[in-house]
Amino acid sequence: MATAATEGPHGLHESPEAIVVRFAGDSGDGMQLTGGQFTLSTALAGNDLATFPDFPAEIRAPQGTLFGVSAFQINFGSREINTAGDAPDVLVAMNPAALKVNLAALKPGGLIIADTGAFTKRNLDKAHYEANPLEDGSLAKFDVLAFDISEKTIEAVKPYGLGNKDALRSKNMWTLGLALWMFDRPRNPIHDWLKAKFKSKPDIADANIAALDAGHAYGETAELAGPLKQVHVDPVPSEPGLYRTVTGAEAVSLGLVAGAQLAELPMFFGGYPITPASAILHHLARLKEFGVTTFQAEDEIAAVCAAIGASWAGQLGVTSSSGPGIALKTEAIGLGIMTELPLVIVNSQRGGPSTGLPTKTEQSDLYQAVYGRNGDAPMPVIAARSPSDAFEVAIEACRIAVEYMTPVMLLTDGYIANAAEPWKVPDPDTFEPFPATFLDQPNDGENFLPYKRDEKGARPWVKPGTPGLMHRIGGIEKHELTGNIDYSPDNHQRMTDARKDKVEGVVVPDQEVCLGEPSGRLAVVGWGSTFGPIHRAVDNCRRKGLDVSHIHVRHIWPMPKNMGELLRGYEHILVPEMNTGQFKTVLRDQFLVDAQPLTKTSGQPFQIAELEEEIGKYFDGIEDNEGGEVAVNEEQLPNLEAGHDDGTYPDAPFHGDSAVPSGRDTDSEGVNQ
Amino acid sequence: MNAPTKIETTLKDWETDQEVRWCPGCGDYAILKAVQRTLPQLGCDPAKTVFISGIGCSSRFPYYMETYGFHTIHGRAPAFATGAKLANPELDIWLVTGDGDGLSIGGNHLMHVLRRNVNMQIMLFNNEIYGLTKGQASPTSREGTKSPSTPIGSYDHPARPAAFALGAGARFVGRGFDVSKNLPDVLKAAHAHKGAAFIEIFQNCIVYNKDVFDDFAAPKGAEGQQLWLEDGKPMLFAKDTKGIALNRQTLSLEVVDVVDGDWEAAGVVVHDVTNRSIAHMLVEMPFGAFPMALGVLYDDPRPTFEDAVIAERAKVSEGKEANLAKLLGKGQTWTVSGTAQDPV
Ligand SMILES: Cc1ncc(C[n+]2csc(CCOP(=O)(O)OP(=O)(O)O)c2C)c(N)n1
Ligand code: SF4
Ligand SMILES: [Mg+2]
Repeated sequence: MATAATEGPHGLHESPEAIVVRFAGDSGDGMQLTGGQFTLSTALAGNDLATFPDFPAEIRAPQGTLFGVSAFQINFGSREINTAGDAPDVLVAMNPAALKVNLAALKPGGLIIADTGAFTKRNLDKAHYEANPLEDGSLAKFDVLAFDISEKTIEAVKPYGLGNKDALRSKNMWTLGLALWMFDRPRNPIHDWLKAKFKSKPDIADANIAALDAGHAYGETAELAGPLKQVHVDPVPSEPGLYRTVTGAEAVSLGLVAGAQLAELPMFFGGYPITPASAILHHLARLKEFGVTTFQAEDEIAAVCAAIGASWAGQLGVTSSSGPGIALKTEAIGLGIMTELPLVIVNSQRGGPSTGLPTKTEQSDLYQAVYGRNGDAPMPVIAARSPSDAFEVAIEACRIAVEYMTPVMLLTDGYIANAAEPWKVPDPDTFEPFPATFLDQPNDGENFLPYKRDEKGARPWVKPGTPGLMHRIGGIEKHELTGNIDYSPDNHQRMTDARKDKVEGVVVPDQEVCLGEPSGRLAVVGWGSTFGPIHRAVDNCRRKGLDVSHIHVRHIWPMPKNMGELLRGYEHILVPEMNTGQFKTVLRDQFLVDAQPLTKTSGQPFQIAELEEEIGKYFDGIEDNEGGEVAVNEEQLPNLEAGHDDGTYPDAPFHGDSAVPSGRDTDSEGVNQ
Repeated sequence: MNAPTKIETTLKDWETDQEVRWCPGCGDYAILKAVQRTLPQLGCDPAKTVFISGIGCSSRFPYYMETYGFHTIHGRAPAFATGAKLANPELDIWLVTGDGDGLSIGGNHLMHVLRRNVNMQIMLFNNEIYGLTKGQASPTSREGTKSPSTPIGSYDHPARPAAFALGAGARFVGRGFDVSKNLPDVLKAAHAHKGAAFIEIFQNCIVYNKDVFDDFAAPKGAEGQQLWLEDGKPMLFAKDTKGIALNRQTLSLEVVDVVDGDWEAAGVVVHDVTNRSIAHMLVEMPFGAFPMALGVLYDDPRPTFEDAVIAERAKVSEGKEANLAKLLGKGQTWTVSGTAQDPV
């Protein structure tokens, strides 16, 4: 039954700084739930964390198949965590397919926990295994802990009278219980959650709790020689305050609600279901008491048009989608630009052109956001770098939309939308309000001029229904003051300039260097969800003494005023992106700098190691710096006070014997393949 | 819909200073006048009245109405109007669309605004042609229509706007034509209907599809081909010498002769605007063998979309406080000590 195959001198450290666990199983095995609940208990234990849910595009792929594998990775630690981890230390494989798909990512010497009950001939065939990998020695370079989780689950829930099929559905809870024991996490939050979830079916709740407790007890009591040890990860020293976990989709939704409140406007949200954007519609649909109207339209075009209609009528119009839906909205966004109405468009980017990779992540809609409209149609573009950052970015998008009377594009991506991280709950009173103003009397002596601009270049907002200010707007070029149709050449020139000047004049904060010096040999410039891996990679390289800095751009369009000067202060500029080099083009276009691309479009986030390797190339050929291996320059280390790093040089957390040089923590960070 | 307080206005109050740019003799002029004549009679408030349109000759309409107006993009006016209505249900919305705008590029939106039943008046100007793009065949063009894009004659089967609307779930279907003196009455009935009221208005494009409706809409001599429907009145036409009866064998309508005014003897149907089955037959009635059914074909209100949205919000908000700080700190939280902050 319990065959703990312990080959090699591996094994987990007892109190590592950070650890990466991947739960993988069939899409029917409930791995996302397991991961989500493990995340919650980890957050409650006070660790910093980052997660990476990786699920198939199919709703219910045939059981046991390779393409039906669903995985959830979490990286948690007692220090700041930037990414979901390059490679897992622990892989939980609920069936052969899950093992096959995820094994390549596992760290050498990592621990595999496998359910032998699911390693049947049939399942092995479906995963295209000729022999049982748990038995044929092919996993020799890993620690393997294989036992019959299925059978143990059935045993645990027996008193609740469930049939085998139903009983097996609690397998994930049994596994979660074991994981909770392994990492010394509290069980009560999960108990509470199960009771709440199955309020109307207390039997099912009890059965799941029994499975969870049984998994936990197994860890506690099993006399296991070998890899199953309890591992304790200390809480991260973080700023005092109230914390919760938040996904990007939640943070965007909350930020939009906060933004509308700061603008003192009701919010109208038009959406049409699409992965991974739907979650925002779902969240907002439950927040109607905040003056939110959600409208599930007949398509993305109607969703944006309805939002613009609502903005015209005096609310804050918001719409959200992913690449294909944003493409459909394009014509209407042009109308929003032409009629100069506030509008926030959220693009949760996914992979590839057309349907592409719906459940995978990419940053390939940047051209679409910045350049992708007919006519000269300038629009501010702003990007979130992490789930929690999305809150502030959403507020900022609302601010720009309302203050400048313009559509604003907010970019997130599938990774940000789905991933969770701890979030220090912000105090809404700390945000500066930006109340919208509506014109209700003539603005030019006796006359009303719908397109007379203020000092920011914004035209007045007039609610239909306001007596005496009746006027017409539309997509046809209009007179620069009256707004009446006007095709005359000079007028169109001036209106084109006015729209451009207004957007270019949007005031955005100066660009900061988030790690390193404001000039030097190399700047790694990123935007969006590459923040985590870039930050960690740059940090690691700086610890090796490399003169490299990290700049992460929130305001993509217009860019901060100091951006050109800042970039020109570096000898080299490297732009890692999950596309074929789109932001690199924008930087070259705007500043004539020699920005070099590092691109990746595998649907998976960057790994820290691959970024470090690329950074290292900029230091080859420099005296004493071949391969980037120079002595640590203490002065270049991050400022311990201001920075968010604990400044220590941890051992490779889980296997002192690994191939990764100590003094670096790359191996526990970054993202899976 | 009905404006709450009646406002005194004259036709002049509804005219803008903008030069009207339709071709001389275009049917759109007559419709504009009919609307401008009707609104004062309804006591509408120009500040609360809005005209929203798509793209096409017909969709230029808002520029000529001294109200709030939004000339949007091709086919999407129903979506803009839906958003505006939800944002401010007090707005009295008139939607203007064409046969191409409403049934080609915007067919989807037209269908959904009707089935959702958003309270507004929807005027579809049907000239059976794409006017603004210089005369291509439209989805309502009759088979065989010669146009620049169909030089030998079109061969796709035309859509019937009123049948489309009813099929999509419209609860009001009216019909009129540009120069008809009865058009204001149809507009008034549409306005009185709470919900999406669909009005098909036959409109003469004298440049690209001249006089195609003359058989029933010519200024003189075509009255005999007009069946003006009135609730509670027998379906009579041709100076009451003919009527519409229901053939109970075939379950279809037929034209019958009425002798000496005895329509009952001839089995003529009495129009009931709430009878959906009859409405389906009226919108399908082929012109030629039958007269053109005009007036209010169907009118049977049901709850509107915006009322449902408002009711839902009231219900889910009941007893809930819109406290942002609480919302942000919702769910399972933990406190890192060194702070006095309590969980909120
Ligand atoms: C997206 C888009 N496609 C095409 C056009 C060109 N276009 C303008 S009006 C029109 C057809 C209008 O026909 P209809 O709705 O019947 O209006 P009419 O001019 O006959 O009143 C077309 C195809 C456009 N403006 N926008
Ligand atoms: S083209 Fe036809 S529909 Fe357009 S304005 Fe001229 S006559 Fe009217
Ligand atoms: Mg037309």
